[in-house]
Amino acid sequence: MPKYILLLHETPGDFAHLSPEQMQAIVEKYSAWLGGLQAAGRMAGGEKLKDDGGLHLRRADRTTGQLAIQDGPYSETKEVLGGYFLIEAAGRDEAVEIARGCPHLENGWIELREIDPTA
Amino acid sequence: MTDVPGLVDHLFRHSAGQLVAALTRRLGAENLQLAEDVVQEALVKALRTWPFHGVPANPEAWLAQVARNAALDALRRDSSLARKREAIESWLEVRRPQLSEPASECDAIEDDELRLLFLCCSAGVPPDARVPLALKTAGGFSAAEIARAFLAREAAIAQRLVRAKQRLRAAGPDLALPATPDLPAALDAVLQTIYLTFNAGYAAAEGEDLVRRDIALEAVRLARLVAGHPRTGTPKAHALAALLLLQAARFPTRLDAQGEILLLEDQDRSRWDRGLLAAGLRHLESAGRGADITPYHLEAGIAAAHAVAPSAAATDWRRILHLYDALLAENPSPVVALNRAVAVAQADGPGAGLDALEAVRHHPALQSYPLLHGTRGELLLRLGATLEAAASFRAALALATPEPLRRRLAARLAACAGPDEN
Repeated sequence: MPKYILLLHETPGDFAHLSPEQMQAIVEKYSAWLGGLQAAGRMAGGEKLKDDGGLHLRRADRTTGQLAIQDGPYSETKEVLGGYFLIEAAGRDEAVEIARGCPHLENGWIELREIDPTA
Repeated sequence: MTDVPGLVDHLFRHSAGQLVAALTRRLGAENLQLAEDVVQEALVKALRTWPFHGVPANPEAWLAQVARNAALDALRRDSSLARKREAIESWLEVRRPQLSEPASECDAIEDDELRLLFLCCSAGVPPDARVPLALKTAGGFSAAEIARAFLAREAAIAQRLVRAKQRLRAAGPDLALPATPDLPAALDAVLQTIYLTFNAGYAAAEGEDLVRRDIALEAVRLARLVAGHPRTGTPKAHALAALLLLQAARFPTRLDAQGEILLLEDQDRSRWDRGLLAAGLRHLESAGRGADITPYHLEAGIAAAHAVAPSAAATDWRRILHLYDALLAENPSPVVALNRAVAVAQADGPGAGLDALEAVRHHPALQSYPLLHGTRGELLLRLGATLEAAASFRAALALATPEPLRRRLAARLAACAGPDEN
């Protein structure tokens, strides 16, 4: 079955205004969404990424192979790639349906990419 | 990934209150804002972490742990807070995750919450900020939710909260239950705040908003907390807890399936919450142990008379009327007089009720009160004075804003047109 990755884009600062009750409601929606996907055998994994902007690595010098390593830009008010889910779906339509139900959409947006099956 | 267990209702909100209380106790009243920030940070972290691997086995302990670490980070950043370090670190020992919390630990949590509640109602906090501050810090409601329930602008509530916290920071009061000589006055302020919190939630619950019911139920929780503590559980505190529990027991039946208001006489009494009723009656018994009869006693007595009546027709209105007489003597407010008029009408007929109403009908404080006109319309309708009744319902409609109340009044107005058709 084709695999898709849901890349979760969000702005961490946007969560600060949520009330505890609203946060719990979102957690509960996630529980229901995840539970449904697990029961249907569609969930293949997922991880949250750290909120530090990570590192940007580029080859600075082709001959010596020296790396230039920079801190990724990070601030609470800047959009980041916050995490991902890996799912299985019969096709693009089903993948979109699954992503549509993802509670991440309440506070961010999702980049849906198919894992290239020919690779 | 494993299956995600469900969360206890309001776990985030209740944990927020408990953690703010525990942190404020250790960081000092002047750092209330820091405690709130640290707790919010922990909740956001849960929101952004739990979706990937599920809710941890002990979510409360997880939140406490993360809040503690965030507090330690804050102490590291601010050297003026360094001396609080030991207090926060020792909290780690207390809050180690455990499956069943020993009783002493629950006591410690409740003790912290009680201290926070007294702080919110202390002399330094302006009276109009006490209800919002208690709801925000001890109750875990957001400024936006509080504003919605109070029909206020969020910015106005937020400003009241900021000002209250500035006052607390300047005064740096002790976060302790007041010493014995000061306790009665401080306790009165706490009880008054809880009473107003409940009323705001209860009255506004007619606005079809769950947050408002949650606010009223938070007031019930706080009242039980105060009544349950050996130092603050006075007869007056028990009377307030009884009153709020007995009223809250009727929540399930206040609206019908279509969201229309059901008056007491039309409510399905089998759906009243038996657990809350029983708890209310127990508190009322404890309230009777002192010599004082406070307005809370009288109001709780009225609520109890309704609660124990097997049907609307079997209600002991004579007893309710006596209690209203005493309440009016204690608190000569026009709203109490209006409610007393309803009891008069039930005990002695609509004519006597109208006579009682006449005495307060022109009181300036009641002119914008839709229930004055609604009640008068009801009594006139029962007497068959349909034209006058219709005029009263129209006057009530012109003043009422909550939708279910408006629909109820409109239905009563329609009944004036054809009282004999059914």
